[in-house]
Amino acid sequence: MRKMTYAQAIEDALAQAMAADERVVIFGEDVHTLRMNLYARFGEHRVRPTPISEAGFLGAAVGAAMAGLRPVAELIMIDFFAVAADALINHAAKIETFSGGRWKVPLVVRAGCGGGYGDGGQHQQALWGLLAHIPGLKVVVPSTPADAGGLLTAAIADEGPVVFLEHQLLAEDWLEYLGSGGRTTVSYDIPVAGREGEVPDLWEPIELGKAATRREGSDLTIAGVGVGIHRAVEAAELLSLEGISSSVLDLRSIAPLDRDAIVTDVGRTSRLLVVDEDYRDYGLAGELAATLLEAGLPACYARVTVEGTIPFDPARERASLPNVNRIATAARRLME
Amino acid sequence: MLICRRIEEAIAGLWQEGRISGEMHLGIGEEGINAGVLDHLGDGDAVSLDHRGTAGMVLRGVDLSAIVKECMGLTDGLCNGMGGHMHLYSKDHFAASSGIVGAAGPTACGFALAQQHLRPGRVAVAFFGEGAMNQGMLMESMNLAAVWKLPVFFVCRDNGLAITTFSASVTGGDLEERVRGLGVPGKRVNGVDVEAVWHVAGDMIDRVRRGKGPAFLRATCIRPEGHFLGDPLIRIARSPLDRLKPRVGPLFSAVTSTGSGTVVQQVKSLGKIACILGRITLSQFGFRHDPVLRLRKRLKIAPEELAELESEVEQLVKKAVKEAMRSAKTSEQGGVPCAR
Repeated sequence: MRKMTYAQAIEDALAQAMAADERVVIFGEDVHTLRMNLYARFGEHRVRPTPISEAGFLGAAVGAAMAGLRPVAELIMIDFFAVAADALINHAAKIETFSGGRWKVPLVVRAGCGGGYGDGGQHQQALWGLLAHIPGLKVVVPSTPADAGGLLTAAIADEGPVVFLEHQLLAEDWLEYLGSGGRTTVSYDIPVAGREGEVPDLWEPIELGKAATRREGSDLTIAGVGVGIHRAVEAAELLSLEGISSSVLDLRSIAPLDRDAIVTDVGRTSRLLVVDEDYRDYGLAGELAATLLEAGLPACYARVTVEGTIPFDPARERASLPNVNRIATAARRLME
Repeated sequence: MLICRRIEEAIAGLWQEGRISGEMHLGIGEEGINAGVLDHLGDGDAVSLDHRGTAGMVLRGVDLSAIVKECMGLTDGLCNGMGGHMHLYSKDHFAASSGIVGAAGPTACGFALAQQHLRPGRVAVAFFGEGAMNQGMLMESMNLAAVWKLPVFFVCRDNGLAITTFSASVTGGDLEERVRGLGVPGKRVNGVDVEAVWHVAGDMIDRVRRGKGPAFLRATCIRPEGHFLGDPLIRIARSPLDRLKPRVGPLFSAVTSTGSGTVVQQVKSLGKIACILGRITLSQFGFRHDPVLRLRKRLKIAPEELAELESEVEQLVKKAVKEAMRSAKTSEQGGVPCAR
């Protein structure tokens, strides 16, 4: 076992995949600066800086994946996916089906996501519900360094398009780049277990679509992804002092979604609280409710989500994101 | 120009103190372009800005303290603290911005279309960097402006770097030729020289105003703060020993790992990193490229009058910052709680 930060784990797993398979290439804006070690190690041939033209280079990534490469395209932030939506929604996601299953698109799209560092509502959205809505796209949101490396290894090995979302509070390279900019005058509420942790000596793929139990409990199931999981664990500790026993289920991927894990756990607790940093309506939180209904489970249900455009003002931003206080309050209400 | 410079310096100070969160993109070094263009606009003209829109808002007459307060996320800021510096909007001044690179172009086209319908003779100006020139939406907007003969003036502020990538290394062909290919007449000017910008922009905006269709101006400049405050390569350029030390170990072990690229490829990429760092280091000594200092030398006014003018600007900016600080203290929600 080694100890690594979230960002180091991603870079390490990526380096392992690149060393093992010459078809793995990186491209994206500014990658010579952002991925300086990989750029120096593998050369510009395989770590290629792009113009600021997401629609162009993401579309090219789809073509390159169809033609035999295994591209890892970087979007900096998932908000910028909106500029290149066509490449993912109308092409990457469709080609396998359109070709009768004969032509696959082994593409990974890396992007930062998520708030808590005060960059405004156009630079820290989650958008995983929007992406997972599209059949043919897989969407992964790791919450720990070990998961980040393992899920990325699986994403690169996957034969279809996978969107790999790195929370900007957990990935210290993104946070340094976008948040602090070298300042020592700012601090953030970063979950320790997500930022740094033990990782395997050699990366093995973690199967996409398998949830992980982060905490056992009997009264209530709290489910989510990313930073939300760490906030949920913190809230669960608080609730346990009040005699409420919560299990915390880290879904790890939004699509495929581990519906069995949800149904099994809520089958035990009869209560589901979804913690989702994405927008409330038409997303993961609603999908989990539908999962329970379809399974015929008569469960109590609540959700802590983002309910509007994220305010720039850091105080209002933090109040708008799922935080420990909001989660604990919702949990207590579910127990009434 | 001096107000823009001083207010952005004040904002940089507030950011360094941790009173402003997130990224901060300043226009220090491009005052000659902003002032030389926007001086030709009047009431009813529209401005579409990018993520570097603070100076544009100032020059269109938006209240200074409202801008500073917005940067700090205060409830009495220009947008109630909801947008921040990348998302400044003033409907009263017909000025909007966006944090999405290239988005200023299509918005300006829409503004211009509405001008054609509702306010003939009024124009729309779009500001963006040369890095945005490769965004499809910007090129599409130029074509649209050409075929619809929209009164749009496209202004490209060219500092030669797209974030920290040499723009020339990711841009095919010549920009003026490219826009001419889309049906938009284009010119190039030294953006450090506000007089030159003012003259050429004046002629071009006049033509746009007379319904002759869109025009494009590429104005070159140097931005000593780079893409944003805390720009990683500028930090290296400013204190190379401190900043490079933690990077050397990982870089060395990266290039000596098994399964890497060839030595030739590695030397090439290390050489490119060194080259970019060298160029960014040079930008730190670019006083002769400072549009404000350059204009100051050329102004034909008495030294005491100049001193008075400068002190007036200092007072204006100080007052705005003071007002924002006072509001931060009294406001329940404002300020940056993440600041230690």
